[in-house]
Parts: sequence; C-alpha cells; structure tokens
Amino acid sequence: MSATTISPYRSPQRAENDSFLRLVRAEWTKFRTLRGWVLAVVIAVVLTDVFGLLVVHPHSPCGSGCHLLVPTGPGGEAVNDSFYFVRRPLAGNGSITVRVTALTGKVSASGGGFFGPGQPQNGLSPGVVPWAKAGIIITQSTRQGSAYAAMMVTGGNGVRMQYDYTSDVPGLAGLVSAASPRWLRLVRSGNTITGYDSPDGSHWTEVGVARLAGLSGTVQAGLFAASPLKFTPNFITYSESGGSVSGSLATGVFDHVALAGSGAGGWTGQNIGASGAGYTGPQIGYRQAGGRFTVTGSGDIGPVVSGAANSSYDTVTIGDHLLGVFLGLVILVVIGAMFITVEYRRGLISTTLTASPKRGRMLAAKAVVIGLVTFAAGAAAAALAVIVGIYVSRSGGVYVLPVGWPTEARVILGTAAMLAVTSVLALSIGTILRRSVVTVATVVVGLVLPYILGASGVLPVGAAEWMLRVTPAAAFAIEQSVPQYHQVIGQYGPPDYFPLAPWAGFAVLCAYAVVGLGLAAYLLRRRDA
Amino acid sequence: MEATIEVTGLRKRFGATLALDGMSFTVQPGQVTGFVGPNGAGKTTTMRVILGLDAPDAGRALIDGRPYPKLQRPLSRIGALLDAAALQPGRTGRNHLLWLAHSQGLSGRRVDEVLEQAGLASAARRKAGGYSLGMRQRLGIAAAMLGDPPVLILDEPFNGMDPEGIVWMRGFLRSLAAEGRAVLVSSHLMSELQDTADHLVVAGRGKVIADATVADLIAAASGDRVLLRTSGRTEAMTVLAHAGATVAATGRDTLTISGLPAERVVALLSEAGVPFSEVSAHRASLEEAYMELTRDAVEFRARPAEEAAQ
Repeated sequence: MSATTISPYRSPQRAENDSFLRLVRAEWTKFRTLRGWVLAVVIAVVLTDVFGLLVVHPHSPCGSGCHLLVPTGPGGEAVNDSFYFVRRPLAGNGSITVRVTALTGKVSASGGGFFGPGQPQNGLSPGVVPWAKAGIIITQSTRQGSAYAAMMVTGGNGVRMQYDYTSDVPGLAGLVSAASPRWLRLVRSGNTITGYDSPDGSHWTEVGVARLAGLSGTVQAGLFAASPLKFTPNFITYSESGGSVSGSLATGVFDHVALAGSGAGGWTGQNIGASGAGYTGPQIGYRQAGGRFTVTGSGDIGPVVSGAANSSYDTVTIGDHLLGVFLGLVILVVIGAMFITVEYRRGLISTTLTASPKRGRMLAAKAVVIGLVTFAAGAAAAALAVIVGIYVSRSGGVYVLPVGWPTEARVILGTAAMLAVTSVLALSIGTILRRSVVTVATVVVGLVLPYILGASGVLPVGAAEWMLRVTPAAAFAIEQSVPQYHQVIGQYGPPDYFPLAPWAGFAVLCAYAVVGLGLAAYLLRRRDA
Repeated sequence: MEATIEVTGLRKRFGATLALDGMSFTVQPGQVTGFVGPNGAGKTTTMRVILGLDAPDAGRALIDGRPYPKLQRPLSRIGALLDAAALQPGRTGRNHLLWLAHSQGLSGRRVDEVLEQAGLASAARRKAGGYSLGMRQRLGIAAAMLGDPPVLILDEPFNGMDPEGIVWMRGFLRSLAAEGRAVLVSSHLMSELQDTADHLVVAGRGKVIADATVADLIAAASGDRVLLRTSGRTEAMTVLAHAGATVAATGRDTLTISGLPAERVVALLSEAGVPFSEVSAHRASLEEAYMELTRDAVEFRARPAEEAAQ
C-alpha cells in the first residue's frame, strides 16, 4: 500500500505534438459516425434537386416541341437583333456620316400586347420609348448576332455608341430635333470602329472605340431604326408577372448621308430579324426623298435579359434551376447548428474540450468539417441541378440563356460556397446560443426567411432589396448568371437578378460568418464548458 | 514532479453559491486517492477545474506541474471520466472512442484494446443510447484509458454498477495504482472506497476537511476507546469512573471506555476483582470516521438549492 515502493507510471506511447489536422479528423469521425447527419445531408441534396428540377421547372409556353432559336452575339450571350436596316456594302476601310433631325415613335395601347409577326397593330398612339434607337451601324452581315458597332440617338438617353450587343457608351446628351440635330459618324479601320458625334457637323467628339474581333472583309454599313418593347416594370414587388409590356416602333429622319470607301450598289432596305420577334407591319420600312431618309423600325439590338422584359422570348437562366437550394439550406443550417448544440445538450462538449482544450482550435476544426461537408454536398446538388436542369429545360422547349463555363462554374461552386459559409455561420450561432431549438429557430429566421421574403415577391421592392443587401441572404446573388444592363429596361429581381453583384453578395455572408465565428470563439474561451 | 495532480486554493462561485472555498490537495502516483464528501461538497467542480473545463475564480490546478490547457495530447497525460451519460445516443460505443482516439492521433487498434480492457468489447458496435448505466461507466473508463495516461480522475465511477461491476472496478482501480498511476476517485459513499483507496481527501463545503491515509483516518476516528464485556457492569463502571475514565453502557453487558488505555483497564478491574470476558481496543469503521468528519458538511443536504447549482 505504500506509494514509495511504486515508481510512477510511464506510458509506452510516444509523445507527439498536437496537430490541427488531428482535430479535423476527430470532428470528421464524429460527423460521419452519426447516420442521421449523413442521411440529412443526402436528403438536402435530393430535395434541392427534386424541387429545383421538378416542382419549379419552367414550362415552355408552347409546349415541348417548339424550340426557340435565339441568336447569340459574338460574346456567346443571347441577343435581340431586330431592326430596320438601310444598307450598302463597305469593302475595306471607310466611314459613314449622317445628320439626324428627328426621332419619333408609336406605342401600342398599354397592355395591348406584343407586336408579333404578322399581328395587326392595335391602338397605336404617338410616343417614343426611352431606348428607341435611330442612327448608323457598321455590321459584319445581316445575319442576326453579327458583330457590329453603331452610333445612335435614343428616345430618352441622348447619343450612344453601342457595339457587340452589350457595350454602351454615352455621347451627347439631350433629345434630337430639327432645331437641335445630331451628327453621327463611324470610321472603320480594319476591325476597329471609332464613333464620333457632333452638334453642328464641324466640331466632332470621339465617343468610343470598338475593336470587333468578328469584323473582317466586306461589311454592311447604313442607317437603322429600332424600338424595343415598351416595358413598365412593376416597382411594387419583385414579381415576374408584375410588369406591363406593349409594342412600339421608332422613326428616324436622316440627311447629309455620306459614305466614304469602296462598295458596289445602291441602298437596300431590309427588316432584320423579321422572322423572329421583329414587327413586320406596313409602317416598317424606309423612304428616300432627295438626300433625306426616313427609316421606321421595331425591335432592339442588345442583350436578352431574363423574363419577358425586352423580348417576346420566354427564357430562363441556369440559376432558375437552383430554386430548390433554399430547401437544402434549411436542412444544412440545422445540421451546422446541431453539430455543436447536441454536444451541449448531451454534455459531450466536456469530453470534446478535454480532448482538445484549445477551444478556438476545436471550433475551427468543427467549422472546417461542417464547411467541407456542406461544400461537397452543395457542389453535387448544384451541379446536378444546373447540368440536368439545362438539359431538361431545353428538351422541354424552354430557352436557357447561354453562359460561358466560367459563369456556370461560378454559379455551381458559388452556391456550394454559400451553403458552406452559411452552415459555418449556423455553427457559430449554435456555439453562441448553445441550445438546439433556439439556435435552429434563429438560423432559419435569420438566414432562410430573408431569402424567401426577398425573393418571393411578397414584400415591396424596397424592403426586399434591403433584405437582399444586408442580411446573409445577400449571398444568393452568387446564383446570378446573366448580368443586368442599364441600356435594357427589365424586371431585374430574384431569382435571376439580385441587388448586389455575385461576389459582393457572397462577401456580405462571409462578413456575418467572420463576426459570428469570432464571437463564438470568444464566448467559448471565456465561458465554463 | 511526476504524475501528480496539485490543487491549490481553488475558489469558485456560481451565483450566490460558493462551490469551492479554498480547495487544496495533492494526488500522488502509485495509489488510489479517494475524493469523498457529501453531494455539493465541490468534488465535481474541482475535477472540472482540474480538466480545464471550468475556470476557478482563484487558485490553480496543475497536472505534472502544468495547467490542463497547456498539455500536449492531454489524454495521454490524464484520463478522465466525468459524466458517463454524456454520449451521443446514435453513435456506437466504438465510434465514440474512435473520434476521441483520432483527436489524440491514436488508431482504431488502441480503441479495441481499451474496449477489451473495460470489458465492453462485445457491446462495442451497439449504439450507446442502448447502454445500461454500468456499460456507460465502462465506456467512460475505456475513454479515460485511451491515451494510457499516468494520471486518472474518475467521478463517481461506481454509480449504476451492479455488484459484479463494483468488484471489477475495485480490482481495476487497484491495478492502475499498482502500475504506478495516480488515481483520483470521487464518491459520495465511503463504503465504495473502503477496500480500494489508500489515501482519502474528504471534502465538505468547498474545501478539504481531512487529507490522510485510510489507516490514520480510522485511528483518529477510533480515538483511544476500549470495549469491555463484563457480567459486573455496575461495579466496572464505578471502578473505572473513579480512575477518571468516561464510561458509557453500550449494551446489557458491554461498556465503552474512553480516557484509559486497555492495559490500565485490565489492571484496574483485576485489582477490584470485577469479572470480565473481553477487553479490546475499539476500531471505528471508515463509514463512522467519514460520518463524523462530514457531520457539518452534510448540512448541505438540507439546502437543495445549492446542490442544484452544481
């Protein structure tokens, strides 16, 4: 019984230093050995895809079998390319100069519907829409989606230089009239086109320079007129059916037309895109009287945006297939929170902290594990939803706005990253609150509800936009696949458009996660376990 | 110092309750130290402070001269069983040990070793939610043994164990001490430690009220009392009381005498011709010693609110 006869025990195990990876491995073992958690992650993936692909799958207005042929621009994006074109070929370098003395327009009665091919015009009344366009254009060909550069006057946005559908540079401000005409000039040198404007024909200002990769050899140069659908966005809520649309046309009056450079033949009038969304009524066309050209056209030259805003195309974005993500998010935030709250509930946190008494490192290891698990699950779910969703939509006759693979990768991996960071935020809240029920209620109200309220269209636009800017739901911006364009009036709202840029929205969520994790680590160290 | 726990002047207040009020003691290697005291004496809180789970308001607890959070691979320095019920019910016993093992850089093979050692190998792949309290205690012992630590602290390990389990646990604790490990075992029932502990730290009201070997404690509680069996009870009482002893009648023919050694009692009675059939030094049980020591501290039991704070 005497202690002095016994020498102190020495473990035969070799001593090693602690490593963070060991803690990560321990937390991973903890996670994977609870069948309920693994099952919940699988259910989150399945729900995301089932809801995204089946429940909210968009349907083609004309049923399967009708396939929209939407032209794509040089950048690969879907474009509207419908306008009236009075053209002549231009071989090699040269320039075109005109004076515009008037831009007038007509708009069909509010709610009067679209100008469809061959549709009768009903109730046209005078009016010019803000982005009605008349001016000069140099384009590779009359094929829709060709490379181009144009100088134009607009109904409400002054002189613009636009090229290759997405670029827009402002020139002289103000409206055009006989008393205040606008001189426009395009100069071609190889595949570079420079735009100029002038109030008087003698003092010229360079507006912009367009280097068009798709421009070579003989091109078409001339006068054009176009007028997009009049769209009145619904500014009350983000609701897709909110805006009202009516058809319009625009008439430009030109004189002092001067074409420099070699090219054969006289002027030819052509309604570009007449077989598509363009209007083919009797007013479309051009008249030439002496040196004076009057050109009337309908349609637009610019990018297609999602929804029925600027075209009669019914389109979806790749992000539309991710509507089920919020369901997966609900499950994943609950798992993220419970990853620590169950330890408090069972008293297991004491065992965990005796195994890794450096509490900040324990929390970091938990965050790494729950973050990686949700990232992997989110990436699988999002990839499946997007890739299969595009296939399902296209085979159902729905037009999916094309995006490049970097955008597709950003949407998929960004969605996964959003889920990962959100679950880490939920873990932090769980660490701070320690109680499962309170934590789950908090993360659902704080993370999921703002998205549902912001995106569903039940809130006024101002409140919804605020929610999608300042709450963690801002991160859903990462699902935007097509940009907004100021030169295209549209109903820019969720789920296709968000008030913040993709990574800016994601950064808002990250800021929450950093603050949450910091507070959680502070309290975890300070409090008794 | 090797393989010891040193607790110095711990103070800890939970709200209005003073849980620790200057708790100090040392646990030596090679012996089982019993940590006894009534519920609410501060035993569990002291253990949580040793393990770095609760921060004391004052004082410190060191393992091998270092505070717990400074230990590298802590489970290889000190193994602990705090709350055997602290388990995720859906996880198997083996997987519970596996994540603990991974946190220390240990493998599944070590897990199987300690499961065998704790007598739990047959139930290892069952969900811990279905374990009896005795099985949970064994799982807790297995967890404490994972890192093969030279120091062990076990909070109420006998709780919920069947008699066979108690016998096993006693033998196991003895064998750990025999290997040179320092073992601190808490209990609120002294009888559980009767034949197990070498040394006792008796706590009451947040501090140590006795810190001694089991033999010393019993001797102190026994005092110098002598037990006498005699047919001449009245004569014996008269003789002994005259000699200055305090005599109490404890039975029809038995007396307990204090204040006189046994030899003197024999001499006095022989001189006076009082017959007697037995004279022996009285030996208190450990239980009696404990009850006497903790008589004041037990008053805690009348104040359940303070216990609840534990």
